[in-house]
Amino acid sequence: MDNHKIGHHISEKFNKDLEDIRNKVLTMGGLVEHQIELAVQAFTTGDLELADQVIKQDNQVDALEMAIDQECSQIIALRQPTAFDLRMLISVIKIVREIERAGDKAERVAQMAIKLAGTEQQLHSQYELEHMAEIIKEMLHLALDAFARVSIENITDITGRDENVNREYENIIRRLITRMMEDPRNITRALDVIWTARAMERIGDYACNICEHLIYMVNGEDVRHLTQKQLEEKLNH
Amino acid sequence: MTAQEVRTHAIDMNAVLLNRANQNETNEISIKVENLNLYYGQKQALHGVSMDIPKKKVTAYIGPSGCGKSTLLRCINRMNDLVDNVTIDGKILLENENIYAQGVNVAALRRRVGMVFQKPNPFPKSIFENVAYGLRIQGINDKYILQETVENALRGAALWDEMKDRLNDNALGMSGGQQQRLVIARAIAIEPEVLLLDEPASALDPISTLKIEELINELKEKYTIVIVTHNMQQAARVSDYTAFMYMGELIEMGTTSELFTNPKKKQTEDYITGRYG
Repeated sequence: MDNHKIGHHISEKFNKDLEDIRNKVLTMGGLVEHQIELAVQAFTTGDLELADQVIKQDNQVDALEMAIDQECSQIIALRQPTAFDLRMLISVIKIVREIERAGDKAERVAQMAIKLAGTEQQLHSQYELEHMAEIIKEMLHLALDAFARVSIENITDITGRDENVNREYENIIRRLITRMMEDPRNITRALDVIWTARAMERIGDYACNICEHLIYMVNGEDVRHLTQKQLEEKLNH
Repeated sequence: MTAQEVRTHAIDMNAVLLNRANQNETNEISIKVENLNLYYGQKQALHGVSMDIPKKKVTAYIGPSGCGKSTLLRCINRMNDLVDNVTIDGKILLENENIYAQGVNVAALRRRVGMVFQKPNPFPKSIFENVAYGLRIQGINDKYILQETVENALRGAALWDEMKDRLNDNALGMSGGQQQRLVIARAIAIEPEVLLLDEPASALDPISTLKIEELINELKEKYTIVIVTHNMQQAARVSDYTAFMYMGELIEMGTTSELFTNPKKKQTEDYITGRYG
């Protein structure tokens, strides 16, 4: 943890405010990680209680998002932050949005778990979905961890994993299209599984976005809309 | 507006933005400071300062008390000549002429480089005479020239509408903010090339401060402006370029937007974010 980045202000209160925001972001991130974990479990096991829990937890995530935004705008108004402090607040405002959306996607997965409960398991592409879930959970975890350490070391390793997620997503789609062609009665359920896969795929994208905001926060470079290759070149030049 | 028009408009806006970016890159230099050292007696107050000050832009000096920013500002119109025991080496080029070369007419230099101080210092005379003063000491007494110049200067300092019916009132009866704008009017009446502002708003209330800042923004159309301020947000608001000084050295200079969002030196970052180094 790079304490100099956040601490060492002449104003102790300012240190505390920024530290508090960071902790809240990490709490929020932890909640969403937990949501994803439960949602995937609910999906694969058909446990409806878990799915319910995911949906209920979303309120807490939303509340934290609003609280963090509020604190950030208050600091901007009261302290007119500059340089790293300013970049941190702007990045945090964007990062919490990504986290909140990831939470919504977890909720989506939970809803699909409820909808699909009791239907034919085979159709779920369970193995691929579980594999994809493992990757996106790891991506989000690493992104939040990098945020906690205020470090962009090896950050391209995290964003690079998105290619695996996309590959997995395409496999699932391909397989489900085959299922739908085999028997049109599969279409409704297959679509639901596609929505689920899509939701997970998006969580991977959000983790990448968090990494991009973190890069801006740490070194002031805006790296949005770059390809993985361009990003690697930019950071390793 | 049709969709097509909206799209064309958007493209035009891009061209405008690009042009503006290009213009910014081909800045002319008004003042060039080269390896300037200044000593008050034995004590060195400026250490090898070099910088280019762009023409018709606002350049702000920021830094903690005693870092040499006012000293550097005063070097630009040789105000430090008036202080005992000062030794200066290095050069300051104003439009490529070294103002510290031998035989430079200091009074002429100060006509080209006007200065405004922290506390407004109007003369105990009428508003009109305050602004006309610079012309009168140059021997200009033609009534019409004086009237025209005073009006233009007061308009330039955004004071004409408030003061046009009070030109014969004593300047000391004006508010602090008005006095400061009067002093700026007095400085621009003689049409200098450069305006040096030493904490011009630090003794003023927030509204007067905003008026001065607005004025600075208008004045840069015609003059090169260098401003010293303790108020970093003010530097951020009014200036195009910012120089951060510390212990008599220039630590970092860059465009204001870059320096305040992504400074390159740790010392700059610590100062502007209010950290102890």
